[in-house]
Amino acid sequence: MLSNSLLLAVREIRRNALRSFLTILGIVIGVAAVIVMVTLGEGATLQVRRQIEGLGSNLLIVVPGQRMGPGMRQDAPAFALEDIEALRRSVPALAAVAPAVTQSATAIVGNRNWSTSVTGSDNSYLQARAWTLAAGRAFTEGELRAGKAVCLLGDTVRRELFGRQDPLGQRVRLTKLSCEVIGLLQPKGQSGMGRDQDDLVLLPLRTVQRRLSGNQDVAVIYLSVHAERSMQRAKADVEHLLRERRHISASEEDNFSVRDMREIASMLTGTTQVLTALLGAVASVSLLVGGIGIMNIMLVSVTERTREIGIRLAIGAREREVLSQFLVEAVVLSSFGGLLGILLALAASLLLARVLQVPFVLNLGIIGLAFLFSAAVGILFGFFPARRAARLDPIEALRRE
Amino acid sequence: MLAEPGSGALIELMAVTKVYGQGAAAVQALRGVDLSIATGEMVAVMGPSGSGKSTVMNILGCLDAPTSGTYRFRGMDVGAMSRDERALLRRHALGFVFQGFNLLSRTSALENVELPLIYRRVHSSERRARALAALAAVGLRDWAQHTPAELSGGQQQRVAIARALVTEPAVVLADEPTGNLDSARGHEIMALLRSLNRARGITLVMITHEPEMAAYAGRVVHVLDGLVERDAATGGPSDAEQ
Ligand SMILES: Nc1ncnc2c1ncn2[C@@H]1O[C@H](COP(=O)(O)OP(=O)(O)O)[C@@H](O)[C@H]1O
Ligand SMILES: [Mg+2]
Repeated sequence: MLSNSLLLAVREIRRNALRSFLTILGIVIGVAAVIVMVTLGEGATLQVRRQIEGLGSNLLIVVPGQRMGPGMRQDAPAFALEDIEALRRSVPALAAVAPAVTQSATAIVGNRNWSTSVTGSDNSYLQARAWTLAAGRAFTEGELRAGKAVCLLGDTVRRELFGRQDPLGQRVRLTKLSCEVIGLLQPKGQSGMGRDQDDLVLLPLRTVQRRLSGNQDVAVIYLSVHAERSMQRAKADVEHLLRERRHISASEEDNFSVRDMREIASMLTGTTQVLTALLGAVASVSLLVGGIGIMNIMLVSVTERTREIGIRLAIGAREREVLSQFLVEAVVLSSFGGLLGILLALAASLLLARVLQVPFVLNLGIIGLAFLFSAAVGILFGFFPARRAARLDPIEALRRE
Repeated sequence: MLAEPGSGALIELMAVTKVYGQGAAAVQALRGVDLSIATGEMVAVMGPSGSGKSTVMNILGCLDAPTSGTYRFRGMDVGAMSRDERALLRRHALGFVFQGFNLLSRTSALENVELPLIYRRVHSSERRARALAALAAVGLRDWAQHTPAELSGGQQQRVAIARALVTEPAVVLADEPTGNLDSARGHEIMALLRSLNRARGITLVMITHEPEMAAYAGRVVHVLDGLVERDAATGGPSDAEQ
């Protein structure tokens, strides 16, 4: 019975190739839209996650002050070098403790200049922020202690100032300070928020404090925790220690905050996931519209083919055979539309992923789901027209022109 | 003429009436038709327009049920059958040739003729062979791949006859099979129907307006105002069995 209906349905579809194609266009577009949205959305989520991992694994960031409402600021003292030493001494869960002071400055080499940000820190900064060296070397103990004028260049700064020349051993002028390039950082690319992470110059902390910022403050502390499972514990220890060192009484709020990058990561990926779901939902509405299109065309087709149905009934087709022919016709049409939609979606997502520079994530689940959904649309929206066809009176149907 | 149940008559109408519509709008199309047709007969049904010929045909063809009276096909009471049972009876025992041909458009002659075999679940290779044989029997072997739009009226009617014959039904019912054809084509079709009736013993009931076409049949039933007015052998060429 099913193979019979399939035969009749396929003959009918082939006979009306153009109409059949137009019928399924809605489904094709609907399925394609859903898959493209979900694929790109998941690609974006993966990208955000990867980039946040690139900031440094198990990273805690300590800043003075509390995150408050928009526009509100709280005056809180900066950290001092002694805080760094205390953290290194008393929190064993920490793999790296990196102080940082960041300033913007114009870097000049010959007649080229580039406006960038200058960070003063030490070699633990490389560890905490997951930087590796592309060439040259890190700071020596002596350079750090003496506050020597040496620097490491991010890839963007290197490119802007030196182009294809080798920067190692050359001198770069940063405002009043002339320093020697001793190393180059491996490029990281854009951050999840669209900031160029490679646009930086790294100097010894003491050099920046003395020659650029002019004070002993440490603005930010980057902490890398040994194991992910001890993040919570490390955070608590750090908070406890800093409260003590900053003389905060039990009744007072912290005047600093320790941020866990994983929280920020899950917040950001959460946002993209919600967005993906939303776009997918919007796209599924177009699938529904496609289904209504199928119903419309099938209803028109039943009216148009009344005489044909009369002939079939007169020849001896039973009600359920006419029903199943029309139903199978609708399902074959809509699942064929689904297949076309999947192919279109794969091509479009590959292309868009390249253009938007997000990774292409193949989600077989959503593809299978979209296909099943398109077949279901055929059953759902094909049933009513099919039943109408099956219940025609053969004599009436034959008389119709 | 009235045959007893189980007497062996293929088709028996007993006091069949048909009323269309209800109340004031009701039309009494048949007022009590008695008719008995034996296997192998070729019967022409004649009568003026509106006399009830098509209504009789629809009832004989199990497309419609009588309002009252009894229709027995091979002794089975058709009036008591469900819609699906009547569909199966049509599928297995009846063939139709309609006045307006009623072929599927944009569908080759071959596929049109195959259609009843598809509903009979005949396997594809056998289906094709039988459809081609039926087309050959009506002289259209070389036109199998043509669609109705590419065929003349006479050819379309022959495709319709091939479709009615391909299942080798017990009865072929034809409602004005020559009505849309010129006289020469009409005679061709009648000759074809008569030869099939003779060669294969197919019982044939046809409606016609034209006495010269009715003359091909062995028996003519005249219908007037929903009643059988006259029922006589023509002494014509068809020879009913026994
Ligand atoms: N479906 C129908 N509804 C109402 N009246 C009908 C219907 N079919 C036929 N009739 C009426 O029944 C009578 C017999 O019709 P029909 O059997 O078609 O006659 P014929 O085929 O001899 O011209 C006519 O008066 C016709 O108007
Ligand atoms: Mg008529």
